[in-house]
Amino acid sequence: MVKYIIKRLIIAFLLLLGVSAILYILLRCMPTNYVDTLIAQMAQGGATVGDELRKALYEAYGLGDDTFGGWVKGYFQWLGNLFQGDFGTSFIDKSPVLGEIFKPDRIATSFFVAFVSMIFEFLVAIPLGITAATHQYSIRDYVVTIFVLIGISLPSFFFGQVLKDIFANKLGWFPVSGMTDAGMTYTGWAAIVDYLRHMFLPILTVCILSIGSRMRMTRTNMLEVLNSDYIRTARAKGLKESIVIYKHAFRNTMIPLVTSLAGLIPSLFSGAMITEQVFSLTGIGNYALTAMQEGDIPVIMTYNMFLAVLSVLGVLMADLMYAVVDPRVKLA
Amino acid sequence: MDERTIKEEAELKALEDPALANEIEEIEIEDGESPLDKNLKLMSPTRMVLRRFFRSKLSIAGIIMLVALVLFSWLGPVVYGEWSEIEVDRTGKYTYSAYTVGEGDSAFVQVVETFDSVNSFAYPLDDRNSSDGRVHILGTDEQGMDIFTRLMYGGRLSITLSFLAVFLTSFIGIVLGGIAGFYGGAVDNIIMRLCDVLMCFPTLPLMLILSTVLNGYVDEGYIDSQYTIYLLMTLISLWSWTGMARLVRGQILYLREQEYMVAAEAMGYSAPRRIFKHLIPNVLPQILVTMTLSLGSMILYESTLSYLGLGVPVPYASWGTMVEIISKRNEVLQYYPFVWVPSGVCIVIAVLGFNFIGDGLRDALDPKQRR
Repeated sequence: MVKYIIKRLIIAFLLLLGVSAILYILLRCMPTNYVDTLIAQMAQGGATVGDELRKALYEAYGLGDDTFGGWVKGYFQWLGNLFQGDFGTSFIDKSPVLGEIFKPDRIATSFFVAFVSMIFEFLVAIPLGITAATHQYSIRDYVVTIFVLIGISLPSFFFGQVLKDIFANKLGWFPVSGMTDAGMTYTGWAAIVDYLRHMFLPILTVCILSIGSRMRMTRTNMLEVLNSDYIRTARAKGLKESIVIYKHAFRNTMIPLVTSLAGLIPSLFSGAMITEQVFSLTGIGNYALTAMQEGDIPVIMTYNMFLAVLSVLGVLMADLMYAVVDPRVKLA
Repeated sequence: MDERTIKEEAELKALEDPALANEIEEIEIEDGESPLDKNLKLMSPTRMVLRRFFRSKLSIAGIIMLVALVLFSWLGPVVYGEWSEIEVDRTGKYTYSAYTVGEGDSAFVQVVETFDSVNSFAYPLDDRNSSDGRVHILGTDEQGMDIFTRLMYGGRLSITLSFLAVFLTSFIGIVLGGIAGFYGGAVDNIIMRLCDVLMCFPTLPLMLILSTVLNGYVDEGYIDSQYTIYLLMTLISLWSWTGMARLVRGQILYLREQEYMVAAEAMGYSAPRRIFKHLIPNVLPQILVTMTLSLGSMILYESTLSYLGLGVPVPYASWGTMVEIISKRNEVLQYYPFVWVPSGVCIVIAVLGFNFIGDGLRDALDPKQRR
């Protein structure tokens, strides 16, 4: 087991090196980078930007040498800094990237939205999947399937805006956007209630969009289990249908679900980009989106590497979880 | 009902009435020679799959939705040519705003009439402003362009783009996955490690980066901005073939051990012929399902990009760009739902249609399903 994990970690490390190289090349391909915008702004402000200043600026932001050799040098420079724990300095905020991305309230916001919606997702999707499977091809199955497929098909920006328009603008039940009521200072319970009211619509959006795939997964697994021999045996023994389903079938249905849960853990930290943008939440996703629109290369680089690390870890954790949940699986 | 054989009918009746159960046996005895041939209809797998597919109401609903959208987008502008995609309604528009001026007894209400040469945000079927009698079925947008017409052109773009991207993705995926699975060894290793690397890229951020890169070249004049979105979707395909490649490889690893493949090899067929003529057709069902489902997700990606302002440039329409305005102007979100709701609904219908069909196909192709 330990040997297997070490082997996987080494492979993961090599993968991430590849990812970072491709990312770096892509980012260097951006012809309009932040420095150009900066120079344009300076020129607009009345300053004359001479060639020397321009060069110095490019140099300062580490984008000086625009040849192949320069790119390679830049990449290894970045890599070297990385191993010394230096992820670069954000162009816009002028502070270390790591601190900016992992600002406590930023990561807390993204985590809270993702975590709560994941809990509700599982709470709703699993029972729905089971009823759909046990009543296959009935009206109930059709209705559930239609609703979750609609959920999958909704574009997050459209659905988020519709929810915002109905529940915040028209009905006024929830605040339109932001994290807290502007100009109000709540304490104790009132602060928590205020926070929850602001988080309700984003959580609802994320939750409804993701229920679908989880429910389909439960349904497929449940159907597979229900067709297996030991379920027929259980029925033949004369067990009650509820015991057959909830005791014998359900446990084996849980295997892929628990595994996928392990794979989901990393995604709790990555932030929902579009949803955060729609509801103006100050989470990681929204921050990265702004960085990408403004060409803040160190932030983009770090954020994407962070996501890549998360996805590698997610796959590894899912594989490990498989061995934990299902004793028949042997890792090699 | 008509496909049911006599025996099945009898069996059904027998379930309802135990007394009839004997009759089935009698039929069989009367038949005499091989009852199997007469009572069982032999169907080719394709026909069986098609029958199962069309039996599901959801897949039929999906087909209807998509056919309707395709007809609307491609035939719509031919039938309804009142407005063109980028034609601005210049019939003008009067807006009135009322102010209370002064205080106390001398206060009066002042109504200011403003005339705007562009008829923007005209309400659906509102002919108060148009002088030449041409109404806007779904109103106009910010630039005074007809929303109903733009929906059709937007549909053309969104549907074409998703097909383009999916075909390219599948092509790369099938070829690379096929090669990896068939040859194995070092080739397999290289392709699969490349897959692993590409799979680490988060899709949405990657799309944002790629479109920023492309937009840079547009600014420098290398690319016409109208074609960026096509190029972008092409670039995206270079990243998103991994799922398809893995699927094809997995299936081929299993299939190439089958006896008919050994036979094909013994016949001396060339490798490309064995891959593309004997292996790929057997993976085709799964490929089809994946393709249908990814058609929907490509529409979602394209519209998300357009919503973020990275889609087709302003005068041209796509469903995503038509929703884009609400991210900038909250009053449009609140007071002009006719500007953004129709295109959002179109996106949902298209994606839902593909998902219904994909889901129906998956169920129909599943050999474990007995219905």
